[in-house]
Amino acid sequence: MKREDVIITCIACPNGCDIKITFGDDGNIASMEGYKCKNGVTYATAEVTAPERILTSSVAVVGGAFRLASVKTQKPIPKALLIDAVKEIAKVKVKAPISVGDVLLEDLAGTGVQVVSTCNVQAEK
Amino acid sequence: MENYVYKDIVIVGGGPAGLAAAISAKNNGVDDIVILERDKYAGGVLRQCIHDGFGLQMFGERLTGPEYAARYEDKANELGIEIKLNTFVLDISEDKVVRAISPEDGVVYYKAKAVVLAMGCREKPRPGIMLPGQRPAGVYTAGLVQRLINIDGFVPGKEAVILGSGDIGLIMARRLTLEGVKVKGVYELMSFSSGLKRNIVQCLDDFGIPLYLDHTVTDIHGKDRVTGVTVAKVDENKKPIPGTEQIIDCDMLVLSVGLIPENELSKSAGVQLNNVTGGLFVDDTMSTNRDGIFACGNVVHVHDLVDFVTIESNNAGKCAAEYVKGQIFEGDTMNVIPTNGVRYVVPNKIHKQHDRKTVELMFRVGRVYKNAKIVVSDSNGVMRSFNRNVLTPGEMEKIKLAQADIAAAVGDITVSIEE
Repeated sequence: MKREDVIITCIACPNGCDIKITFGDDGNIASMEGYKCKNGVTYATAEVTAPERILTSSVAVVGGAFRLASVKTQKPIPKALLIDAVKEIAKVKVKAPISVGDVLLEDLAGTGVQVVSTCNVQAEK
Repeated sequence: MENYVYKDIVIVGGGPAGLAAAISAKNNGVDDIVILERDKYAGGVLRQCIHDGFGLQMFGERLTGPEYAARYEDKANELGIEIKLNTFVLDISEDKVVRAISPEDGVVYYKAKAVVLAMGCREKPRPGIMLPGQRPAGVYTAGLVQRLINIDGFVPGKEAVILGSGDIGLIMARRLTLEGVKVKGVYELMSFSSGLKRNIVQCLDDFGIPLYLDHTVTDIHGKDRVTGVTVAKVDENKKPIPGTEQIIDCDMLVLSVGLIPENELSKSAGVQLNNVTGGLFVDDTMSTNRDGIFACGNVVHVHDLVDFVTIESNNAGKCAAEYVKGQIFEGDTMNVIPTNGVRYVVPNKIHKQHDRKTVELMFRVGRVYKNAKIVVSDSNGVMRSFNRNVLTPGEMEKIKLAQADIAAAVGDITVSIEE
């Protein structure tokens, strides 16, 4: 089935170009218009082929100076998996102390991507 | 008389501005520094900004807020800079006595050679936009919701309407959605969003959250708890159009309607405020009109990126250190005056002679411009102009002037927009 045309708003700079993409019968990009620079091409191509996002959230901490530790995915994960991934992160509970960069989950939602701490949480005094 | 604690530099606020100013002052040869921070942690609002996108300018990386804060907090600790947490500053006198209170130390009078104001900004609350309706629980500012969710681990509702499409509102639309809250829409009074484009795409479009421009909330329903809000379309004068009202069921209304520099303490020190922005007038050394009182970060003007706060605060810390060491800038100055289309400019005053290559001017415009020119003029006429495809109130503009141009300028200079 032929993919319908899409319009992607580029986020590379304040211009915010609306880039119109049409697809060929093979499903590949046939044409692209409306961009002002090559950043737009790169961004729009990724958005229509394999959009990915860094996911940030937080996990519960036991015995820490704070109740939560903020976390992020070490690499971008597929956009379609964001909601499943955040549900999995919500189940994680870790023990203080925690440092920036500590791996708190090895394989998030089958992506093979690690979840790491983005903050320091000292043990409760 | 009170027993003073003598300090070379007292920094009010331990957010990104205060931390950077302290590190810079220390690196420029002043050791006797204290940071006074009212919260139980340093890092300011960055600690609750768990999303990424910070640090692209400073580190060439996409850091999260807590990571960015940790880099500066670690550096401050490494340099042995004293950070007093849970310490609330009550007032600052014109002769630089800073009165602070904490559970640990009680009331302490710090006598400073130089003070750096780094109190940041606050969200405009409900009375700030005179929102009509009942006064039930469930009306929050976006930053408060962010703190409740990301620091305290508490999600304060199930269905949300967001009023205002500033960046914090957009970020919270995504965060609430990921936490299982149904975000029914973001309503914006203006015909454009003041938020960054990337936030509209990644926080709203990614999750199918609608953005309604030219809309506002005209009523809040519920007695004890919000049960819904009335929204309406507005005309070109921003008045609700009769007949367009619609009731949206929700149990929370989240306000993202602007940030205001937090300058109550500055007033006590007799520092001159900019009435247009609620920020401060500063010169190119980040000095206020009060001798030895410097300022940096969102207390001066609200920035888009923390990276720019850091750059500005590095300058403030360096200049405060030079002041303490007796290197005081003198000589002719000229005013920088915002005109046609420009709401404000930082700095407001520039020393004509200075050992540097360029001077950076930062400002915001009052509305959206396309294919416009930023024009800098002195009393002889146009000095420089800069072309821009787009200028929007949501994005801070920066231009650089060569020192040679500054030295040659006649009289005051103006910054304006021409279409």
